[in-house]
Amino acid sequence: MSVRVYIPGDSSALSVGADKVAQAVEDGARSRGLDVEIVRNGSRGLFWLEPLVEVATPQGRVAYGPVEADDVEALLDADFLNGGSHAKRLGDVEQMPWLKDQQRLLFARCGLTHPLSIEDYRRHGGLVGLKHALEIGPKAIVEEVIASGLRGRGGAGFPTGVKWRTVAGVEADQKYIVCNADEGDSGTFADRLLMEGDPFTLIEGMTIAAIAVGATKGFVYIRSEYPNAFRTFKAAIGKARMAGLLGPSVLGEGPAFDLEARLGAGAYICGEETSLLESLEGKRGQVRAKPPLPAIQGLFGKPTVINNVLSFGSTPWILANGAKAYSDYGMGRSRGTQPFQLAGNVKRGGLIELAMGVTIRRLVEEFGGGTRTGRPLRAVQVGGPLGAYFPESLLDTPLDYEAMIAKKGMLGHGGLVAFDDSVNLAKQARFAFEFCAKESCGKCTPCRIGSTRGAETVDRIVAGQDRDKNVALLRDLCEVLVDGSLCALGGLTPYPVLSALDHFSEDFSPPPARLAAE
Amino acid sequence: MTGRAPWNAEEANRIIGEHRALDGAALPVLHALQEHFGYVDNAAVVLVAQALNLSRAEIHGVVTFYHDFRGAPIDGPVLKLCRAESCQSMGCEDLVAHLAEAHGIAPDEHAAGAGLKVETVYCLGNCALSPAALLDDEPVGRLDRTRLDAIVRDSARPQ
Repeated sequence: MSVRVYIPGDSSALSVGADKVAQAVEDGARSRGLDVEIVRNGSRGLFWLEPLVEVATPQGRVAYGPVEADDVEALLDADFLNGGSHAKRLGDVEQMPWLKDQQRLLFARCGLTHPLSIEDYRRHGGLVGLKHALEIGPKAIVEEVIASGLRGRGGAGFPTGVKWRTVAGVEADQKYIVCNADEGDSGTFADRLLMEGDPFTLIEGMTIAAIAVGATKGFVYIRSEYPNAFRTFKAAIGKARMAGLLGPSVLGEGPAFDLEARLGAGAYICGEETSLLESLEGKRGQVRAKPPLPAIQGLFGKPTVINNVLSFGSTPWILANGAKAYSDYGMGRSRGTQPFQLAGNVKRGGLIELAMGVTIRRLVEEFGGGTRTGRPLRAVQVGGPLGAYFPESLLDTPLDYEAMIAKKGMLGHGGLVAFDDSVNLAKQARFAFEFCAKESCGKCTPCRIGSTRGAETVDRIVAGQDRDKNVALLRDLCEVLVDGSLCALGGLTPYPVLSALDHFSEDFSPPPARLAAE
Repeated sequence: MTGRAPWNAEEANRIIGEHRALDGAALPVLHALQEHFGYVDNAAVVLVAQALNLSRAEIHGVVTFYHDFRGAPIDGPVLKLCRAESCQSMGCEDLVAHLAEAHGIAPDEHAAGAGLKVETVYCLGNCALSPAALLDDEPVGRLDRTRLDAIVRDSARPQ
């Protein structure tokens, strides 16, 4: 009988040699006359342990990691195919506190199953939500999603069910479901992880949305920086068609629905929903003025549900387990779980799905284990390049939409990037402006011009030129950006800038040596 | 993997024809052209515009808006080096400085001739294993000077 060995085919695992490990296991087993079946699963999201190899033994799955190709001979000598002991043996990965302490609803299957096996998907609870959705019909689906309290996981936090209700209420000959998989925020990777590790969940979620609003066609807009996710997701669409999940009649009993995966072209702004729609239409990704809302006039002028990967992906669980079960997680007006992404300078980075309301400190210290460089932690940027930098004194802020806004930050897509004490926050503030200047679509003036003027003003402050006057000017410019920009790129760039200025003002002083020389 | 085929209008028209029927076909068409030729030739702009019944200005606008589309052929591998915040926190700017000092390579400056081309990207979604890069289509995590030196060295070999 062959032994099943799980070696992730996820981008992160590949980036540290998973393919070489898979080859070494295959070659090593063959030369010893051992029969192995290698499954390229998704990642469990414990990235510091990748490549994380798991062996299916009669006692359950036994993990080893991080495994390098050079380790494989020794692992075979240690009889790892039967769970033998070795320095890199981790045991049952689900019993590790890092994973055990999580509340995985959306990511429950990721890393556990074969990403492209629909049978595996069914065996692990897949399609239950969709079947329930087909039973209860469009109106009840929308009510269920509203009752769950699910809010847009892309960052804006708009109630998902309310968006669906708007589209459902519009009469049109054609409606669209569009998934925003242009996950451009640095420090985020949950969309990618799901599309590579459990793509059918996204397909199921989009199909539920289609039934709810009466759409027959969907698009998934995946950024070109994710070639592996694009390939995997395209393959998953093919499998879903073969299984009758997509096609002329969903699961043979529902309406028609089909999906197409589209590749972005390296523009951060296309993560903004109206730019994304322009891009899908084959145009420059320039922001549209709202109204009209995409729900009324979206893709090709038709009513369109546009949601993030994680928002769509959460709905199968909600439909399968009920709105109440989902909304039992969370705090305040932030219900359910959020897949947090812990990145940057941390020992143990990865995907941490927990109920909304966990503190920054718990993620960075308990899960992250402190900085990877071993130096003191100085700042944590939450919510991507447009998110605020939090100092040590604010690490006890809970991660929920309102609590973050109260501290002049935002949850965004749930990414956290840790920095040690070598970081210079004036540099980071300047970078925020540079990034905005580079990625601005150019449509509105505050973002297009203000970003460049902002970078120049930071330079003047750091050089010690009319410091007070220029700090006042910078704050004034930030106000113009917040109030006058057409979309979140210009509107939120002041967040990292002002948080750096407010909490780390010492970094904005000219170097003492230079001052003395003047 | 990025293609390296020499420009050929007939071939370009065949590729355009394969994708022109898609809704909002411009991006899929341009991606397919770049995948085959390694860049989007100026002459292709006219062909795409004709096929999609759009103006040359519109297609030119699309090609120049997106960072991905290159205007000139390349003859070596491309390393997309992430320089966003997470990779900054793990020293990607030190790698950029090392590229300049040790190898005379500046990101986003495509000098003629074979060898490694380095392009700046902002986030590859491998932020827990920063600094991250993408060598053609192959992801690279926890990039350091040694690995970078090896990538530069391997790129100098005849393809």
